[in-house]
Amino acid sequence: MTESPPAIEASGLRKSFGKTEVLKGVDLVVERGAVLALLGPNGAGKTTAVRILSTLLPADGGVATVGGHDVSRAPNEVRSVVGIAGQYATVDEILTGHENLVMIGRLYHLGKSAARQRADELLEQFDLVEAGKRPVKTYSGGMRRRLDLAASLIAKPPIIFLDEPTTGLDPRSRQSMWNVIRELVESGITLLLTTQYLEEADQLADRVAVIDHGRIIAEGTPADLKSTIGNERLELEFAGSAELTAAAGVIGVDTIRRHEPDTKLSLAVDGPDDVRQILTALDAAGVKVADLALLKPTLDDVFFSLTGTIQDDAEGNAA
Amino acid sequence: MTAIIDQAPAHKIRRHNPRPRLRWAVSDALVLVGRGMRHTIRNLDALFMSVFLPIMLLVLFVYVFGGAIEVGTEYINYVVPGIILLCAGFGAAVTAVNVTNDMATGVIDRFRTLPIANWIVVFGHVVASMARNLFATGLVISLALVMGFRPTGSVLDWLGAVGVIALFILTMTWVSVMFGLIAKSPDAASGFTFFILFLPYVSSAFVPTDTMPSVLHGFAEHQPITPIIETVRGLLMGTPIGNNAWLAVAWCVGILVIVVPVSGQLFRRRTSR
Ligand SMILES: Nc1ncnc2c1ncn2[C@@H]1O[C@H](COP(=O)(O)OP(=O)(O)OP(=O)(O)O)[C@@H](O)[C@H]1O
Ligand SMILES: [Mg+2]
Repeated sequence: MTESPPAIEASGLRKSFGKTEVLKGVDLVVERGAVLALLGPNGAGKTTAVRILSTLLPADGGVATVGGHDVSRAPNEVRSVVGIAGQYATVDEILTGHENLVMIGRLYHLGKSAARQRADELLEQFDLVEAGKRPVKTYSGGMRRRLDLAASLIAKPPIIFLDEPTTGLDPRSRQSMWNVIRELVESGITLLLTTQYLEEADQLADRVAVIDHGRIIAEGTPADLKSTIGNERLELEFAGSAELTAAAGVIGVDTIRRHEPDTKLSLAVDGPDDVRQILTALDAAGVKVADLALLKPTLDDVFFSLTGTIQDDAEGNAA
Repeated sequence: MTAIIDQAPAHKIRRHNPRPRLRWAVSDALVLVGRGMRHTIRNLDALFMSVFLPIMLLVLFVYVFGGAIEVGTEYINYVVPGIILLCAGFGAAVTAVNVTNDMATGVIDRFRTLPIANWIVVFGHVVASMARNLFATGLVISLALVMGFRPTGSVLDWLGAVGVIALFILTMTWVSVMFGLIAKSPDAASGFTFFILFLPYVSSAFVPTDTMPSVLHGFAEHQPITPIIETVRGLLMGTPIGNNAWLAVAWCVGILVIVVPVSGQLFRRRTSR
């Protein structure tokens, strides 16, 4: 971008809990107004990274600036430019949605009526006007998430962290959360969101950083990422491992991935022509396919194409 | 459709100096005390307990056990100070559950991202506990008066008694804050409230300590509740106080001097993970 400094910049972030090294030197850059998705499986270190960047957790090593302020030396300044919606909603269960927002507004030192007005606005925008009158403990997971996000927007922060905003939501709530996030992004904020879903990163982010075992193993646009894994995955099932090995020989081993029960394999394909070619080749070689499915690529596939292993065995070697 | 973030410059809302100043600290504290009060009113179980516990205890001790206990005066006049302190102690112990709840549910993370001094969250609980339990104390005294409690103290004695009770509530509240910060779950914290509920039984609250077997007697004589009760009883009923007043104040201040800094340390530790 231009000469204005990035909104979020981290280099060499390290963190250990006891003997477990959770972050092993994480580098991240998010330009102003951009959306970065931090994509990774359970336990990759996403929450830890977000907590460090939002001053909730001290890092053991490395430096990070958010909004131009150093997170360890100027935490108050950082807090004044970020909004955070954590993985677990951080709203008061006993208060109503409206009371929660007013209280937080007051603690941001808005006047009484300004805090009420802002609370009304946010409840309206997040479709919580009716629910706003009820205690939060009566809310569904999706409502809680929306309220938590609303709470983090009270002071109109220019930089927002969202930690797994749709984990645990049903498809409909996920869609509505995505819409909310898109509107937010259109308004010009900088967003760092974490997710376990490739589709979510693809839908919302300008850039994706893949994190695994505390290291960033790939970084690029969603298109870059998808070009390494193909648009779709073809999953083939065979009667036994003999057929599987035969099929692997026909297709070419370097592009396939074998699944655990040793009767399935999946490979990247680009459209129906690819599928037809593969099936024709298998047919010609006399290999019988028991079942097949065409799937959208998942985080597993990303990991396979980046590391050559299935994620749980990955040692975090960059591709 | 309006955009969620209109482009009002953020610095119009944010303070220029994010460091908390006294004025903001006072306003933040009021907001958080308000939160504590709302919790009190909404927490029906605790509210029910704080009204019915004293009624049940008064009925039990005055009408059921009272006839069989010989203390040299009308038993109700003997037992009311004990019931006041038992209820206040129990009410204060509820603070432990509130504090653990904040720590365990992640609500504390929200407060930590706000431009406020974090300890004000604890302060809000402490002040709410003081207000809640002084109110409950008033309720217990009114009930006792209706049931035949006839204190003899002067206005000055009453002020002194209320002062000692308030100091006791403050002490119990801070002890509860400390346990709330140690406990990992609200259930563990509520276990603590039952321990507090039990303490007054092994004191001079309900029976004179010299009727107890020697081990219990030794404990009852030297635990902090006994001098506090004797002081309140002396002020309200004119029984001899001796050095109990000093002992009571010394116990409370001594406990506070340890528990407040320890809580501060625990709070810092729990909010840096
Ligand atoms: N306070 C803590 N004490 C000890 N270990 C921790 C602590 N917080 C996190 N960990 C460990 O650090 C690792 C990374 O955790 P983190 O929460 O950052 O992962 P994540 O990518 O957010 O995972 P998820 O998708 O499950 O939320 C995990 O193995 C976790 O057990
Ligand atoms: Mg997480």
